[in-house]
Amino acid sequence: MFTYLVRRLIYVLPVAVGVSVICFLLVHIAPGDPLTAIMPVDATQEEQAAMRSAYGLDKPLPVQYAIWIGKAVSGDLGKSIATGRPVADEVFSAVKNSLLLAFSASVIAFPIGLFLGFLAGYYRDTIFDRLVTSVAITGVSVPNYWLGIVLVIIFSVQLGWLPSMGAGPGGSGSWSWDYAHIRHLILPAVTLAVVPIGIVARTVRALVGDIFSMDFVQALYAKGLTHGDVLFHVIRNAAPTALSVMGLQLGYLLGGSILIETVFNWPGSGFLLSNAIFQRDLPLLQGTILILSLFFVGMNLIVDVAQAAIDPRIKRS
Amino acid sequence: MTDAPKPGTPLVEFDNLKVRFRGERTVHAINGVSLSMQPGEMLGLLGESGSGKSVTLKTLLRLLPPKRTDIEGGVRVNGTDIKTLSGRRLAAYRGGEVSMVFQEPALALDPVYTVGDQIAETVMRHKGVSRRAAMDVALDMLTRVRIPSPERRLKNYPHEMSGGMRQRAMIALALACRPQLLLADEPTTALDATVQIQILLLLRELQKEFGMGVIFVTHDIGVAVEVSDRIAVMYAGNIVETGTTRDVIKDPRHPYTKGLLAANLHGAVKGERLDAIPGSPPALEEPPSACSFAPRCAFARPACLEALPPEIDLGGGHKVRCVLEQDQVKTPQPVEA
Repeated sequence: MFTYLVRRLIYVLPVAVGVSVICFLLVHIAPGDPLTAIMPVDATQEEQAAMRSAYGLDKPLPVQYAIWIGKAVSGDLGKSIATGRPVADEVFSAVKNSLLLAFSASVIAFPIGLFLGFLAGYYRDTIFDRLVTSVAITGVSVPNYWLGIVLVIIFSVQLGWLPSMGAGPGGSGSWSWDYAHIRHLILPAVTLAVVPIGIVARTVRALVGDIFSMDFVQALYAKGLTHGDVLFHVIRNAAPTALSVMGLQLGYLLGGSILIETVFNWPGSGFLLSNAIFQRDLPLLQGTILILSLFFVGMNLIVDVAQAAIDPRIKRS
Repeated sequence: MTDAPKPGTPLVEFDNLKVRFRGERTVHAINGVSLSMQPGEMLGLLGESGSGKSVTLKTLLRLLPPKRTDIEGGVRVNGTDIKTLSGRRLAAYRGGEVSMVFQEPALALDPVYTVGDQIAETVMRHKGVSRRAAMDVALDMLTRVRIPSPERRLKNYPHEMSGGMRQRAMIALALACRPQLLLADEPTTALDATVQIQILLLLRELQKEFGMGVIFVTHDIGVAVEVSDRIAVMYAGNIVETGTTRDVIKDPRHPYTKGLLAANLHGAVKGERLDAIPGSPPALEEPPSACSFAPRCAFARPACLEALPPEIDLGGGHKVRCVLEQDQVKTPQPVEA
């Protein structure tokens, strides 16, 4: 197990390097000049050139990358062009808010998805199963930003129960677990939970249905186990795959909530990212994408290791 | 968990058993099986795919899906009607009194539990002993089925073992609680020919050692002859001929049994065509009202299609369901085409 862990960690290195190269290049491939956003329209050639060299944008790309990655390793992601604040600070406070939102959505989505999926797989081909399947397909298919807007219209505008935007009093950096803040979390978290509910429910349904139709379930009954014992065996068999699906979903929630965070003005990484894109804030954009990608890589690593730990069929040596 | 059986009570008794599956298509899988079996006997249940062999075994363990299955007639094990078992008594009966070895050990063992844990789990359930004691039993069982280095194999997962080893482990699991009846559902079909023989010999030995009854299902007449004291030949959900292995092989009376023997590779001459039985078994969407084999039978006569054939007792436990025997026709000549 230990050697497996070490090997998996070593595999992460080239992936992380590749991710950083792509993050860096993607931003440069995209059209538009980052300086146009912050320079006055009537800036002279000389002024532009001075600005360009101040941000190091006049150097060849490989050199720019080397400088950027060298600093990034020591925790310095440069300064935001738009605000002048350190990118690392901006990104980490935003990532904290995104994590909060992603975990809240997971806490809602995973139990519901697991429960619905298990029951649907257990009562396969019944009305309940069809109901769960249609709910799951609807959840996956409905665009969640649209759903977010609809929820805002119902619960904020019409009923006035919940706030429609922001992360509560005190702005982005002042989260605390009190009613005034949690109120703000409910709508975005619920909206964000809908897709993972659908995906987890569908996966677990298929998984549990398949396991129940396997020969060994009959063999378990044949050796005199009770229904409860057999259910436990089925859950134990379904656990590795269910776990990996949930882990990947958590990763997607972290990076994939750009639209939701924008709809709800949630000061997370997605919101930061969309602002950075619109302002062509190059260092901020690169830094945010890099951190989010590394989170995703880390999530994958955790999922793989956890899966290997609980599923004996995965070769560990 | 059944009451102590009176001496002379058959181990298994089927009385006009009928099993029907409902669903999109109704299938009459078993159509009036009557059979009894003594303790310690090894019965070979022989027949081609779809003849109802496996269904008969699964009926004995109550493994058929209750919602889609209608079971009529009597099934008694040690004098207890197993249709009345439920809940804890059913769980105690399964694996305790009667257990089963499945056809494909790779699929019948739980892939995410070690072999030791799977055996120990049964022992703990049935004997109420500690995990440690159950593991000792598991080790003892692996030794008895002659798995090399059993201590190490206890901690193996099924995918870490070979096919033959898995089937040995499956047998160890099935016998861990010393059942009086073992159901073996084509236990060697999924194995290599050399491993097949080893497993057959092992089963035969353990059967003698533990004095248990075994119902051995196979479609291979050679295998049936190798292991069984008695043979029952199934066709279309009914037993068409039963008797001691010797009687059935030396003096087969039912045309289907004769066909099976003739279609066997043993003793076949190279270059000559094997005598395959023409046609295929009926679909069984309706319960049979005449001899099910008649459409494929070279000796069929009008009477065969009029009513179900009677069961003729030839003495010595040799019974056959065929009108030919009723008419005392000893060796009818096939109608030449």
